[in-house]
Amino acid sequence: MKSLEELRAIREKMQKQIDIRENSADDIRVVVGMATCGIAAGARPVLTAFLEEVAKRELKNVTVTQTGCIGVCRLEPIAEVYVPGEEKVTYVKLTPEKVPRIVAEHLVNHNPVTEYTIGAAE
Amino acid sequence: MKELSLHILDIAQNSIAAGAKHVDLTVEEGEGLLRITVADDGRGMSPEFLASVTDPFTTTRTTRKVGLGLPLLRLAAEQTGGGLRVESRLGVGTTVTAAFRADHIDCPPLGDTASTVSLLAQGLPEGMELTYTRRTPRGEFRFDTAEIRAVLGPDVPLSEPEVAEWMRGYVAEGEEGLA
Ligand SMILES: Nc1ncnc2c1ncn2[C@@H]1O[C@H](COP(=O)(O)OP(=O)(O)OP(=O)(O)O)[C@@H](O)[C@H]1O
Ligand code: FES
Ligand SMILES: [Mg+2]
Repeated sequence: MKSLEELRAIREKMQKQIDIRENSADDIRVVVGMATCGIAAGARPVLTAFLEEVAKRELKNVTVTQTGCIGVCRLEPIAEVYVPGEEKVTYVKLTPEKVPRIVAEHLVNHNPVTEYTIGAAE
Repeated sequence: MKELSLHILDIAQNSIAAGAKHVDLTVEEGEGLLRITVADDGRGMSPEFLASVTDPFTTTRTTRKVGLGLPLLRLAAEQTGGGLRVESRLGVGTTVTAAFRADHIDCPPLGDTASTVSLLAQGLPEGMELTYTRRTPRGEFRFDTAEIRAVLGPDVPLSEPEVAEWMRGYVAEGEEGLA
C-alpha cells in the first residue's frame, strides 16, 4: 500500500541528497509537449516513462518538465532534451518504448539517439 | 482522445495557463452518468470570448488560432447524449462540466486517472494547488497536493520523478475498488 509513510521516506532520502547535490545549473532538462495534440498523440505515457526511468535510475541531475505546444503537431509526441553546453535535441514521434534508450544513451552517456530525432524524421 | 482521463489532463492545462491558484478536478459516477468537472480560480473569460471558445466553428475568428481542447471534449460528451457546460467570469475563474452517458456505446473509458492526476501535480507551477475527487456509489477518494506538500516539506518538490511515481501509485490504489 502506498502510504504517507512511504512519502516521508522519499522526503528524507531526497533531503540528504539535496545537501550533497552540485549546482542545479548543470541540470539536464527534459521537456515534454503536453498540448491537446500531444496528449491525443500519446504524450501522457511518454512523460510517465521519462519520470519512471529517471526515478528508477535515481538520476539526480535530470529535471522533467512539461510544456504546451512545441509547434509540430504531426510529429507529436515530442520531447526536447537540454544538456548544458550542448545543442538542444528534439525527439519526435515518441513512444514509451523509446524512452529507456534515450535516458540511458543520451541523459546518462551524452550520446543522443539520432534515429529518434527530428533531423532523422524529416 | 481514447480516454476521458486524457481530456481531463488537457482541460486542466487550460486552468494552469489561466494562472489559477487552485484547480479542482471531480469525477462523479452514478445512475448511468459520468460527470467530469474542472474548476479553477484563474483569469476567466468574457462572455463573448466564452461563446467563441465553446463553439469555435460557427464563430468567425481572426485574433487567434482555433483551440481544440474544449471542442473535442464537447464532441465527446455530445456523442454519448451528454453535453458540455462552461461557466466563466473574468477575474474570478472558470468551471468546465462535461456529462457523459456512461452506458452509451460511444462513451470512452475513463482510463488512467492516476497518471493524469500525478502528471498534473508533477507539472504544477509554483504556488498552485490541485485537488482530485472521485465519487462513485461505492465511495469517495480525495487527493490534495497541499497535503502532499505538507508531508514533503519545503525542500522536496512535487516535480521530483520519485514523488510523481509515488503519487501515481497512491491515486491508483486509492481509487481501487471504487469503479
Ligand atoms: N480555464 C480557463 N480559463 C481561462 N481561459 C480559458 C480556460 N479554458 C479555456 N480558456 C480559453 O479558451 C481557449 C481555448 O481553449 P481550448 O482548450 O479549446 O484550446 P487551447 O487550449 O487554446 O489550445 P489546445 O487545442 O492546445 O488545447 C484557450 O486558449 C483560452 O484562451
Ligand atoms: S498544437 Fe500541435 S504541436 Fe502545437
Ligand atoms: Mg487547451
